[in-house]
Amino acid sequence: MKTTIQSIRFVIIFTVLTGVIYPLAVTAVSKSLFAKKANGSLIVSGDKIVGSELLAQKFQSAKYFWPRPSAADYATVASGASNKGPTSADLAKAIDANRATFGDDAPADLLTASASGLDPHISPEAALQQVSRVADARKLSHDQVQKLVQKFTEDSQLGFLGEPRVNVLALNLALDELM
Amino acid sequence: MHEHDFIQLALYFGALILLTPLLGGFMARVFEGEGNFLSPALGWLERLIYRLGGINAKREMTWLGYLGALLAFNFVGFVVTLAQMLTQAWLPLNPQHLPNVPFALALNTAVSFMTNTNWQAYSGEATMSYLTQMTGLAVHNFTSAATGIAVLLALVRGLVRKQTDRLGNFWVDLTRSTLYVLLPLSFVFALVLVSQGVIQNFRAYDTAKLIAPYTTQVAKTDASGQPVKDAQGNPVMETQSVTEQTIPQGPAASQIAIKQLGTNGGGFFGQNSAHPFENPTPLTNFLEMLAILLLPSALVYTFGVMVGDKRQGWAIWAAMLVLLIAGFAASWMAELQMNPVTHLAASMEGKEQRFGVMNSVLWSTATTATSNGSVNAMHDSLSPIAGLIAMLNIQIGEIIFGGIGCGMYGMLMFVILTVFIAGLMVGRTPEYLGKKIEAPEIRWAIVAILAPCVLILAGAAIGVVGPAGVASLNNSGPHGLGEILYAFSSAAGNNGSAFAGLNANTNFYNYALAICMFFGRFLIILPVLAIAGSMAKKKIAPPSAGTFPTTGPTFSLLLVGVILIVAGLTFFPVLSLGPIVEHFLMLAGRTF
Repeated sequence: MKTTIQSIRFVIIFTVLTGVIYPLAVTAVSKSLFAKKANGSLIVSGDKIVGSELLAQKFQSAKYFWPRPSAADYATVASGASNKGPTSADLAKAIDANRATFGDDAPADLLTASASGLDPHISPEAALQQVSRVADARKLSHDQVQKLVQKFTEDSQLGFLGEPRVNVLALNLALDELM
Repeated sequence: MHEHDFIQLALYFGALILLTPLLGGFMARVFEGEGNFLSPALGWLERLIYRLGGINAKREMTWLGYLGALLAFNFVGFVVTLAQMLTQAWLPLNPQHLPNVPFALALNTAVSFMTNTNWQAYSGEATMSYLTQMTGLAVHNFTSAATGIAVLLALVRGLVRKQTDRLGNFWVDLTRSTLYVLLPLSFVFALVLVSQGVIQNFRAYDTAKLIAPYTTQVAKTDASGQPVKDAQGNPVMETQSVTEQTIPQGPAASQIAIKQLGTNGGGFFGQNSAHPFENPTPLTNFLEMLAILLLPSALVYTFGVMVGDKRQGWAIWAAMLVLLIAGFAASWMAELQMNPVTHLAASMEGKEQRFGVMNSVLWSTATTATSNGSVNAMHDSLSPIAGLIAMLNIQIGEIIFGGIGCGMYGMLMFVILTVFIAGLMVGRTPEYLGKKIEAPEIRWAIVAILAPCVLILAGAAIGVVGPAGVASLNNSGPHGLGEILYAFSSAAGNNGSAFAGLNANTNFYNYALAICMFFGRFLIILPVLAIAGSMAKKKIAPPSAGTFPTTGPTFSLLLVGVILIVAGLTFFPVLSLGPIVEHFLMLAGRTF
């Protein structure tokens, strides 16, 4: 009985300490130091939210760069992956379909669905591979679009962490501003 | 394979080796009740907690008393979280008006978080209110980690004390590990994560206006929300124009910090650490991956300090590192190999561009070696051998650094077995740290080692033969067997990662896996505390010429050998029907 009462007391204490005070303290400090990041790195144009730097959006038009395939069709609540295994016939079919969409010279990241279903990035090769399509659709010079891709290419973080990448939504927003 | 991959690896293991003695030494001081640099700031809070909790911090417990307090505390926490999920629609901090969680899923989730498993048959952003995540699930992230540490401390005291029945005070161990280790580390880590883009707020979900609306095919539904079917029974699709994107929000960073540090692994979002809001940059990925191994690794050093001989800790640490690096190397090689089915080597299916292949398999190895179970790539889409390594890491008992506390006490069960086998080979009474290992200890150690094995194999067997188990599959052929085997391994091993294509939110899996998670946790804690109790009563004999030394490389190698033999004998048959045959069929270009 005594142990039960102590348990109830300790569950309450730990809930208040680690479940209320701790997250509220983190929120308060985050808000004052990193307000934009804490709120989802939202991109605001005029008075409208147009997206988050961190979440991919689907682009269909040839005038935009396309993100990596998403098994959940870019849904955000909830997002998802294909979870197809290495001997899956469905996976082989999906990769063939992506090859047909992007072309035979498409790099691997464009042929495969991402883990989050919302991968905001493509590889620099994947961006360059789409330059001619985008430039033609917008009647811009290839050189101009390629320069923009280079401007938006991020190297590995600190020079050695992770992979080089291009943020598709940021690049597309810059494309629109170019016009 | 690039040059910068090797720089990252060197930095990763370098940081781990450097931080292990620093943090391990600090924890030893905390757990032995000594003052530390945080005492002036937090000492009053510690005393206040004891007063509010109504306990006498000086009163130590027997092994049964310790077990009783641990079980009661875990059970009360479980009931509260279960109740919270079942009523979340009526509680505050639910801006998306998410409904109450159905019973089977709520039960599974409550067991999952209590047992440090963090198996998730749901997607957080679509299922759990902010209140549930914050005051229910995140709290278990702390308490289950602290529970693991507490059990380890009781075992260590059983090994170093002589002729006593007292193993320490559970409430004190729980409080000190949370207050001085888990909370301060999580607080700092959470802020670092937010600075990189991990979200932390209580906003309702935002709506973005797309700059380029698109059309998509969706299943047509009738007025009651049921899918409309055509004459052949196929769902009728209709074209819909999409103009908006919902942007999920929530207090994620505070939960993700402890999720990684406490080897919990339960994501705020369904896609876990692959989700850009949980793991936005390569730097967060590096730090989260380091956090996965940090405390389990440091606790091995803490063990060495507390038993009064650091070499005892390093010998075990070395065995763990050997197994970790071997598993990682095999996984990495496998991922780089050409897959004749997809015509891709280094496949990016189920991986994120910012992490790439190397960071995905380093994570998959680390998260299964420990009982963390968070994922930054989908294990279901890994190559057969990398998937096998992930499974095997769990099946050998998550003792390669392992879960926080439980990795080390699980490893000590293998140490006892190794010392016993070494004793048999040379014909002497086995002893460890001057304590004789006798029949009761061996019996309990065998229970602790075999219980999860039985749960995994029996559970997977039931899953494979019944329609309820097979209906949830997302892949066929040998990979389908892998999905079921992985699920039961993950549950019984309290890992929480998955071959996530398996639809686990069914009555069969919710209940069956809850049972595995429960017994996978407490059928190890019980033997460990029993061993602690019986070891504490023994005398300590000084080492003699006949003592088998447990510090050198001979011991480390023997320990690795025993682990691999036990795991091999238990799991080789089923693994050869799953990932091993899958590997050869893949090379032959077969699809399913």
